[in-house]
Amino acid sequence: MPAPSVNHKGGAVVENPYLPYPVRIDDIIVETEDRNLKTFKFVFLNPEDEDRFAYRAGQFAELSVTGKGEIPIGIASSPTEKGFVKFTVNKVGLVSSFLHSMKVGDVMGIRGPLGNWYPWETMEGKNVVIIGGGFAFTTLRSSIIYMLDPANRSKYRDIHVIYGARSPGMLLYRDELAEWEKRDDINVHITVDATDDPDWKYNVGFVPTITEQKAPPAGDDTYAIICGPPVMIKFTQPVLDSLGYAHDKIIMSLENRMKCGIGMCGRCNIGREFVCKDGPVFTLEEINRTPKEY
Amino acid sequence: MKIIKIDKGEWADGLARAAGHCRLIGPRKEKAYHSFRVLGAGEVPDFDFLNTRLSPKSLVYPQSEVILEYSLDESDDDHHIMKAVEKDNSPRAVVGIRPCDAKAFVLVRQNFDTADYKDPYWLNAYEATTFVGLACESPCSTCFCTTAGCGPHHEEGLDVLLVSNGDHYLAKALTEKGGAFIQAAGWKTAAGEDAAARLDALKNAAEAKIVSAVQTGNLKTTDTNELYAAPFWEEISFSCINCGTCTYSCPTCWCFDIQDENKGKRGVRMRNWDSCMEPLFTIHGSGHNPRGSKLHRVRQRFMHKLKYFVDKYDSGIQCVGCGRCVRLCPVNIDIRRVCELMNNYGTEKNACAVSES
Repeated sequence: MPAPSVNHKGGAVVENPYLPYPVRIDDIIVETEDRNLKTFKFVFLNPEDEDRFAYRAGQFAELSVTGKGEIPIGIASSPTEKGFVKFTVNKVGLVSSFLHSMKVGDVMGIRGPLGNWYPWETMEGKNVVIIGGGFAFTTLRSSIIYMLDPANRSKYRDIHVIYGARSPGMLLYRDELAEWEKRDDINVHITVDATDDPDWKYNVGFVPTITEQKAPPAGDDTYAIICGPPVMIKFTQPVLDSLGYAHDKIIMSLENRMKCGIGMCGRCNIGREFVCKDGPVFTLEEINRTPKEY
Repeated sequence: MKIIKIDKGEWADGLARAAGHCRLIGPRKEKAYHSFRVLGAGEVPDFDFLNTRLSPKSLVYPQSEVILEYSLDESDDDHHIMKAVEKDNSPRAVVGIRPCDAKAFVLVRQNFDTADYKDPYWLNAYEATTFVGLACESPCSTCFCTTAGCGPHHEEGLDVLLVSNGDHYLAKALTEKGGAFIQAAGWKTAAGEDAAARLDALKNAAEAKIVSAVQTGNLKTTDTNELYAAPFWEEISFSCINCGTCTYSCPTCWCFDIQDENKGKRGVRMRNWDSCMEPLFTIHGSGHNPRGSKLHRVRQRFMHKLKYFVDKYDSGIQCVGCGRCVRLCPVNIDIRRVCELMNNYGTEKNACAVSES
């Protein structure tokens, strides 16, 4: 084996990319009223692994539930938050269901960080519009916390967030959303598909509709980051088109079934690109050049 | 390059000497077919074969391989913490591998040895292996190696090339590893002055016997999305039963799955060959499957080998022309014809090819 060297992203080539870092579950928060989404806060058993896990907003990791398997999940914490990493997990399959049954103090593993990230350097000095739906808001939370950090806020111009869920109780990170609502350095547009709550003081309507009403005008200085379920993406893209957003200004984070997370096991490709390693973040212009197998 | 002459009478003794330095692996006939396995003491490889039924990729990349292990017993200090397993990476030599199968490892290496990540299991096993290739004299009717970036005497990926020449082998040491193997075997007789010319003649004769071919020149310049949307995928995939025989027998297919297997309070994380023919290969947790139909899956296999790989690595197609998938496909799907349709797509030639078929 060649000695570990530096990869093109500037990180060290890990000796065994299949070996997860051991972590302990430090906290578990039930996020949504259907109890299907929980946020897990992990602490690294070996403190030096936290440095090795240095990540950017938009990346993901493989959560390794020992004896069950691994799942690729976007990193919900921000690189500016130290001492822990957070992931919000939907209960859907074998591994995620077992993870939902685990408790604070349990030991498991995290492998990563994996994939690329939102183009933070390219977006410096630009307006950023974040459009999210449902439980795909995790790396978007990471991104908002990152941009709002005092060390970073001045690097970005106007920040808009359009975030929708089926109902108020299905919104992730409700306390943080309420805090962001109060700030004057970020424009938050929360929406729900429907609600019978007479005190609901935010928007009602699907994300594409609210995008049409609230998104800032398109321009060379404005980037849109979209992350959500396929149906939301399908109907939001034409709205952005009609608003004049160029396809190299529309940034999307894709999901596909993954195993290795390092571009080797062969299943997550869209054309020649591996979603796990060449993505998950692509511009719409890039995606247009590949078969849409996601 | 120095060419060594190995008398066939000295062959077994030399191998016995080499066996003192490394494990020997060679083709042996098991029931009806040849396959590669570790040779016992005094056993010699059986060269009375065209090629093995399955490719020898499992020698470097086992069909199932334990990569990590763990304890689930909470009384253990390190419970639930994954550990890499010890691997036997002692030297071994594969004697009698066909040049196409050796070249396949060179193509596959590009997947496992990247700037960002190195797969330690694949790479360590590959580095531990000396590839002693046996040139083909009489190819199968389905071989098309000469137009798939390979050939019956192709040297890429080999450490030694053996060419049978009557009562002896002519051996070329192609790498340092190969030289060390020949030295360990104690074969020292330099071949005569005419050996190089003889090798050339044998090579030309073997190449002339390869009669089937693929054309690949247009694949790189044809637009991915146009090829993807081509009408012929319907017809190509119509008879496919998604059995996966093509992917398992292919020397250049590398896709894998990762699974945890528990036994009591201990367990192992395994990696197992997987296949793009399986619907489970790509299905999301939600039930959505981006390659939900067999047309998607058949198209993925051929687009990967003949377009995505070509674009990604710029080192030709992900195929060495061994013809196994052609021979073993139960419904006679032929990569040579698919390649022809893809390569001709969008050119005038295509109109003729389709109307003739």
